[in-house]
Amino acid sequence: MTPIIELRGVHRSFVKDRQPIPVLQDINLSIEPNEIICLVGESGCGKTTTGKIIAGLLEPSSGELLFEGRPVASYSRAEQTKIRRQHQLVHQDPFASLNPAHTIGDILGFPLKRHQMVEGSAGLRRRIWELLTMVDLTPPGDIVNKFPHQLSGGQRQRVSIARALTVQPRLIVADEAVSMVDVSIRISLLKMLHELRARLGLTMVFITHDLALAKYFAWEGRIAVMYLGRIVEIGRTQDIIAAPAHPYTRALLAAVPEADPERTRHKQMLTLRSDDIPKLTDIPPGCAFHPRCPYHVPGLCDAAIPALAAVPGFAQQTACLPLQQGMTLVATDASGDTHAR
Amino acid sequence: MNDTPNPVVLSVRDLSVSYHAQRGRVQAVNRVSFDLHAGETLALIGESGCGKTTLNLALIRQLPKTARAAGDGIIYTYRDGRQANLLTFNEREMRRYLWAECSMVFQGALNSLNPVIRISDMVYDTAYAHGIGRADARERAMRLLEQVRLDPERVMRSYPHELSGGMRQRVLLALSLLLRPQIVIMDEPTTAVDILTQRSILDVLKQLRAELNFSVIFISHDLAVAAEIADTVATMYAGEIVEIGPVNDVFYRSRHAYTLSLLNAAPRLSMGAEQLESIPGKPPDLIEPPSGCKFHERCAFVTDVCRHTLPPLIAYEDGTHLAACHETARVLAAAHATRTVGAQ
Repeated sequence: MTPIIELRGVHRSFVKDRQPIPVLQDINLSIEPNEIICLVGESGCGKTTTGKIIAGLLEPSSGELLFEGRPVASYSRAEQTKIRRQHQLVHQDPFASLNPAHTIGDILGFPLKRHQMVEGSAGLRRRIWELLTMVDLTPPGDIVNKFPHQLSGGQRQRVSIARALTVQPRLIVADEAVSMVDVSIRISLLKMLHELRARLGLTMVFITHDLALAKYFAWEGRIAVMYLGRIVEIGRTQDIIAAPAHPYTRALLAAVPEADPERTRHKQMLTLRSDDIPKLTDIPPGCAFHPRCPYHVPGLCDAAIPALAAVPGFAQQTACLPLQQGMTLVATDASGDTHAR
Repeated sequence: MNDTPNPVVLSVRDLSVSYHAQRGRVQAVNRVSFDLHAGETLALIGESGCGKTTLNLALIRQLPKTARAAGDGIIYTYRDGRQANLLTFNEREMRRYLWAECSMVFQGALNSLNPVIRISDMVYDTAYAHGIGRADARERAMRLLEQVRLDPERVMRSYPHELSGGMRQRVLLALSLLLRPQIVIMDEPTTAVDILTQRSILDVLKQLRAELNFSVIFISHDLAVAAEIADTVATMYAGEIVEIGPVNDVFYRSRHAYTLSLLNAAPRLSMGAEQLESIPGKPPDLIEPPSGCKFHERCAFVTDVCRHTLPPLIAYEDGTHLAACHETARVLAAAHATRTVGAQ
């Protein structure tokens, strides 16, 4: 299948105090129609910037962006605008992303009118009703005339999703879309996103720092793990969760506590060589993770930047030179003892 | 925990807190009772608005002016065995109690540190207020900073903005132990930090607890963190403790429908494909709470009796596991079916 969007060698940097900060480096990512892909990583890893580039809100500094297999530049202006509209973003904070002075009806009505998605006021009303029903805000009559402050966080996030759906997108980037709502109602929002995906044939890019949530949401999809502006591991969610290959992914999965006392207390931890995340202005040479990696191989990991590639024994793609060369990872801990893993 | 329980350091009896609002009284905490033992970590879990932060503020008597606390007492036992009721403390007694007997670690590490003074000055100021000299304070602080895996020399010289979020959280943890309190209250200390930072804070906390043997009241909405560090878990709903017991009892043998529903809404990394369910509805109105069991409108186990009669807190197992649920037998059976120890 032709990917709905493809990033080829995408770099993005921002300038701060006249110093360029490389936020994304050499991102290669191809997203199939109707798939679910999760971008996971810690703050500053570039997951949100990647999401914004996919949603068309940021331009890459260099590298290529392809829609439906063709470079963006090969489309006419009008076509580009149309494609942009097909990619929508749902923000993290439903308290900040809805205009407090507008009613829910207005919030959904503006894009519908602006993009001439409906005809006449009866058509507008019908479409708003339809959208609210789609996100389970029923009966819609109770909601349309309300202001955002009269809704709960979960309801507001549903309005955000309905707003993204106004322009009939094909792809939705959900950036930490459930992080601010209570644990007890997150699952219902995720289930709704799943349903919408199936019903409308949407492609979902889900950005989160919560690995358990990523696992649940993208169980039938893929996960891309990011670290300091690069994708370090990508593959089917089930493969990565069952057998993470990249030492960073291993460290993340080992570090997550679980809502199961016996299991979480007997988890095998991976001790890093350093707790400090390097600054983006001072990214270590070679593999950016090597100063923290318990398995690093001097002379190899600090010399060359690893690209994503298949590694023996794993189904996913991993950017780790020792693994790519078929070496066994050996940890050196503080006491100088080595343990084979 | 051991078979013979450690002595009780804090005994909360029938504590209620209400806020004055335009529409009426908001009953934020309703007749809460529990005992905190020496060296024990008690996790208070629940959703936003369940009263856990209000309870925390009541325990350190830092409630806003619009709030009123009432109850039979918050009885604190000093190291020498003396007992005192916090509810009767005046301001001076309270100032002496805080930090020296009970300290706090709040959620926003940046907001808890004075941005215009160095960490060392915070140490000296706090110590001075409790009659401890500079040299002694410095020595204690250096040792604690080392225990939380920071570079003591560097951190003491630093202003808060020069430290990362994870470092600041560890500085707060170290500072909270400066006067060797018996109790540390932590309000969501690992919320809004990255995974590996959270891991290092949890590890440091576990290690400090083992070395210094203080008690912890840990307030969180994160079930996974509670599962990892708590000895005892209390679930709060609508201002009440609806279930409390040893961590394994509460997680594997839940007896309250709300606890089980919360657990069934939390994804677990190692569990493969999971059948999860959100809790329907929304948290109850605390001004006009529902009749009977306050959870009944959202409960999958609801029966007629739940709608009319408030369930009492009843002791189960060896008496350490308490739950206030009419349908505890059915909840327990459902918990058995889905949550066995280390189930695959």
